[in-house]
Amino acid sequence: MSNTLDTIKEQISSNPVLLYMKGTPQMPQCGFSAQAVQALMSCGQKFAFVNILEHPDIRAELPKFANWPTFPQLWLKGELVGGCDIILDLQQQGELQAMVQDAAGSQA
Amino acid sequence: MAQTETGIRKKLNAALQPEWLQIENESDRHSGPPGRESHFKITLVSEGFAGLLPVKRHQKIYALLADELAGPVHALALHLYTPQEWLARGEQRPDSPNCKGGGK
Repeated sequence: MSNTLDTIKEQISSNPVLLYMKGTPQMPQCGFSAQAVQALMSCGQKFAFVNILEHPDIRAELPKFANWPTFPQLWLKGELVGGCDIILDLQQQGELQAMVQDAAGSQA
Repeated sequence: MAQTETGIRKKLNAALQPEWLQIENESDRHSGPPGRESHFKITLVSEGFAGLLPVKRHQKIYALLADELAGPVHALALHLYTPQEWLARGEQRPDSPNCKGGGK
């Protein structure tokens, strides 16, 4: 189990823009993940994703670690930003792109 | 009938004294047998959210409803506003997407 937690921490710290989702960006398996991915793609930055349907251990462990029970989850620079509702709200308010750009730029 | 929804309403009312609370059962828009209480949309307006980032507001609700989320409730769509924000939005919450059939 600690192995899974290490994997999660590694993913979060090494990917400044990271989406945990159901399915893939090309084929989301849940309406909420689909909306989140669409919003993220509209920001025009590269992002990493983890398909939690293929990783049941991460699906089980991440909610406890994040204090966040559901997916999708957007992580920027190692911090949980939120799920679908928050991502869409940020997009509507015009803040999402700047936040994602800032995180993506921090990679170098 | 709607036992889970009643429980959710009670807990949220007690903890947050909302000015506005709407709980919508959207379970029929997702896969599974009829009559479930698995997917809810909650729109809640409370002064208690003032000064809290969205992620913190959601985590507050998740903490209050941890038992439900460990049980029958599979997902919550949360729209959480202060009275000022709610007024500024014209007292409207966004719509939820339909399920695409994954995740079961």
